[in-house]
Amino acid sequence: MKMLRSETSRTVLSLGLLAGAFILFTGAVGMIAAFHEREVVDRFISLGQLLLMLAPFVAAYLGATRLDAQGVGAQAMLGGGIIVGLITAMPTVILLLFNSDEFRFLLDLTLKLIPFVVATVYARRLHKSGSDQRLIIGSWLAIVVLIGIVTFSFALIFEIKGDLRSVLPNISRDWVDVVTFDNRNELMTGIFALLLVSAGAGAAGGIVYNIPPVPRKALLYGLGVTLLVGAFGETVRLILQENVDRDTLKQIFRRDTLRQNPALLLFVVSTVAGYLWAMFGQQARYGFTNLEPSRRRAVNGVGMLIFAGLLLMLPWLIGRTLSDVAVTIGIFVLMGLGLNIAIGLAGLLDLGYVTNYAVGAYILAVLTSIGPLGRLDGVFTFWMVIPLALLAAMCAGFIFAVPVLRMRGDYLAIATLGFGEIIGKLAISDWLKPLIGGAQGVQAIPKPIFLGIELKNPEQLYYIVLAASLVTLFVSIRLNNSRTGRQWMAIREDEDVATAMGIDTARAKLLAFTLSAATGGVAGAIFAAKVGTVFPNSFTVFISINVLSLIIVGGIASNPGIVVGAVVLIGLPELLREFSDFRFLMYGALLVIMMIKRPQGFIPSKLVTHEIRAGVKAKPAVAD
Amino acid sequence: MFKWNTDDFSWVDFTIDVLRVIIVLGVVIGAWNTLSSGRISFAQWVNLFAAGLSQGSIYALIALGYTLVYGILLMINFAHGEVFMAGAFSTVFLAEALNRTGFLNAQPLLAILLMIAFAGLVSMSVAILLERIAYRPLRGSPRLVPLITAIGASFFLQYTFRGLYGSGFKAYPGVNALQGAIVIGGISIPVVQVFVFCAALVLMLCLYWLVERTRIGKAMRAVSENKEVARLMGIDIDWVIMFTFGVGGFLAGSAGVINGLFRPQGVNFYMGFIPGIKAFTAAVLGGIGNIPGAMLGGLFLGVIEAIGPNLVLAGLGIPGANQLKDVIAFTMLVLVLIFRPQGILGERLSETKA
Repeated sequence: MKMLRSETSRTVLSLGLLAGAFILFTGAVGMIAAFHEREVVDRFISLGQLLLMLAPFVAAYLGATRLDAQGVGAQAMLGGGIIVGLITAMPTVILLLFNSDEFRFLLDLTLKLIPFVVATVYARRLHKSGSDQRLIIGSWLAIVVLIGIVTFSFALIFEIKGDLRSVLPNISRDWVDVVTFDNRNELMTGIFALLLVSAGAGAAGGIVYNIPPVPRKALLYGLGVTLLVGAFGETVRLILQENVDRDTLKQIFRRDTLRQNPALLLFVVSTVAGYLWAMFGQQARYGFTNLEPSRRRAVNGVGMLIFAGLLLMLPWLIGRTLSDVAVTIGIFVLMGLGLNIAIGLAGLLDLGYVTNYAVGAYILAVLTSIGPLGRLDGVFTFWMVIPLALLAAMCAGFIFAVPVLRMRGDYLAIATLGFGEIIGKLAISDWLKPLIGGAQGVQAIPKPIFLGIELKNPEQLYYIVLAASLVTLFVSIRLNNSRTGRQWMAIREDEDVATAMGIDTARAKLLAFTLSAATGGVAGAIFAAKVGTVFPNSFTVFISINVLSLIIVGGIASNPGIVVGAVVLIGLPELLREFSDFRFLMYGALLVIMMIKRPQGFIPSKLVTHEIRAGVKAKPAVAD
Repeated sequence: MFKWNTDDFSWVDFTIDVLRVIIVLGVVIGAWNTLSSGRISFAQWVNLFAAGLSQGSIYALIALGYTLVYGILLMINFAHGEVFMAGAFSTVFLAEALNRTGFLNAQPLLAILLMIAFAGLVSMSVAILLERIAYRPLRGSPRLVPLITAIGASFFLQYTFRGLYGSGFKAYPGVNALQGAIVIGGISIPVVQVFVFCAALVLMLCLYWLVERTRIGKAMRAVSENKEVARLMGIDIDWVIMFTFGVGGFLAGSAGVINGLFRPQGVNFYMGFIPGIKAFTAAVLGGIGNIPGAMLGGLFLGVIEAIGPNLVLAGLGIPGANQLKDVIAFTMLVLVLIFRPQGILGERLSETKA
């Protein structure tokens, strides 16, 4: 008991349990089984298994960091790593036992014992703190009854349903296969394998912490690159396909997975590269900062040129499938930049951004469609409608903004959310069906035609999105530094003070909503042209949440942050299809974690960082 | 209502006034058309009213959770709809199990009580975990920060339960005792509606007793009045806040069971989102932070939602009016937030709260 109380063992225990809970959770929601479908290295390791090992590894590494701070030696860190690994595996092992036929009685027993154990532990604590007898007995009874209702009900459910799987569908054979490393039939062997792997990963975490910094960096870098390339094997293959001949490709990939030898080669090469960077990177950076300003500008300029060239050449480099993803990302970059005008610059949390997107899409659909709902017979072309979509979205933004001008921050958020839902319900209703097609939506939207060429491929549409994004980026940078931008910032920080300074807050807020809506409208119109059909189901609150998440994760009021946020949050689920089922799980968790741990985002804007450092309430730019 | 004084003429006010006139005119014309056409008989109106009242009592139970938390922390617990879903979705399995053993139809009252307790406790645990993990670290930050966290938590919970229990709809088994209808003066009202209303009423009375008559209720009121002073008086603020989330969660979970028995289409992971927003509407309607207000607001919203489409929208010649039920509810939300953010019974609240 005493040993458990020491700081060292508490660190080990809590980290192990945290990682164990993570593994258990990802298993129960089906992540591990889904990720197992994706092999990182051919016939060697899958993404699901990687997840199983990564958790104890990271936990042990963090544990070693903390143990080091407590002044524990290297050997103890190794031991600590192994114990963290074993503890990490424990919850999964217990669930495996509960799920097996021989040990199911354990589940029943545990569920029936839990209330008594919890109540007794609590009563003991009360007893030690010197509470009176009646209170102790009373709370013991109360806890037994309250927890008992839940656990006995669960026991009843599992007893009548027969097994865990009929309630928790993801505690399935697939899951058992992954966590026992294909030893479903010999459960004990499987459990042993799991414990071994987990302890090994934990030990590795402890060891890696103890090797000197330069090789450690190189090793982690090499490992990271190899695993990333492996996990995104399909994407990498699609890119290589455009530039490498078929035979070489076959030697590197078996269908979409990296073969073992190329993986090893990649690991060695990237480790060496990482070693060189760890040795000389500092020097290179130092040399760069010590260059004369004119030289430095030249180097920066060349870098920018290469980047611009890459951006222009992108569709040729990555091929059709990935260009399609790039267009989707571009549409979300557009929306992110647009919504950022409201959220980031003016501090107005607009949760109904999908409204503008829908307006833009439906305007384009109805005006250009050559199907039954488009009664205008191709009078309007894509290029004529884009400005109209922009205007219509601005009008919609204006109309929805006027009623909410007087509202306080959180009410405004809920009211705009309400608008989004209203638009969604109206789009699907019978009332507007003659106009916009109800649940069937509008079909047969022609592709844009540019100088006589029909832009029907994603490679070509990419340029439209790119142009629109660049324009929006330019406008939003200019706005940020303009008089209006300063007014928005003032409103964001404190509306009352802004009013007192003589700012027409109503006008400034309206402008923010309207401009932000305009971008959403253009994004919607491009989306409609890309997909060719517009359904009400494409315009749900999930779009707004998507855009909100990418802004928060990237960095509020930070343009580069939003671009990176869009690439990661939109690109990742598109490229890793196993991920897409869990995208909102991930977004939700990210929103919570970011708000608690890093409210300024991953690539924060300078101003927001400055505000947080200066202690102007250690929170992001979204003010009250 | 109209300020034609040019000195303080504000075009925002003007636009909002115009909006007000349009809405009043729409409601009056729609209602007049429907009533004069006599398309819907008196008995049908009564039925709609009763259905609205039962639906509204479910909203009221959820709304109480919003109001309790808002009263104490001044934050909108956006994830409360998911707390409701957690209880309802988990209890489907218990209901199925009880149905298979035959206990559900042999002892309907006991079985339903057990289900309510189970759902309430599950939701309570979710609410307490939510407070502990997501909201407590953010106490004292600007209002929008916990709101964004709550939105994140809401989607996280939805997809967690989707992962745990699967994405399909699961229906509560029918209870024989709740089938059939009561006939009063030629108007028949389904038993299940009466049951829903009474169950919700009992729970609300229990809450009222808890808040007004017990020690912990007194502590809750003290914390909501002034946290610092309450702390000085020796009240454990963290414990009171946790308890408040727990009570709100319990009510939401029990509302989940009642809702499951009331609505045959079943439960799934997304079931909490729309009722959550509607319950928030109900809470604002009654004056957020105000417990009787939330009850009244819920009932009011339920009735408006049931009667509104048939009375106003159908009268304005809009086809498929019942599809637009949600539109009525969300329009109510926006209208209340514009015209009377302090709600019907909100006068008691100070400026800082509403």
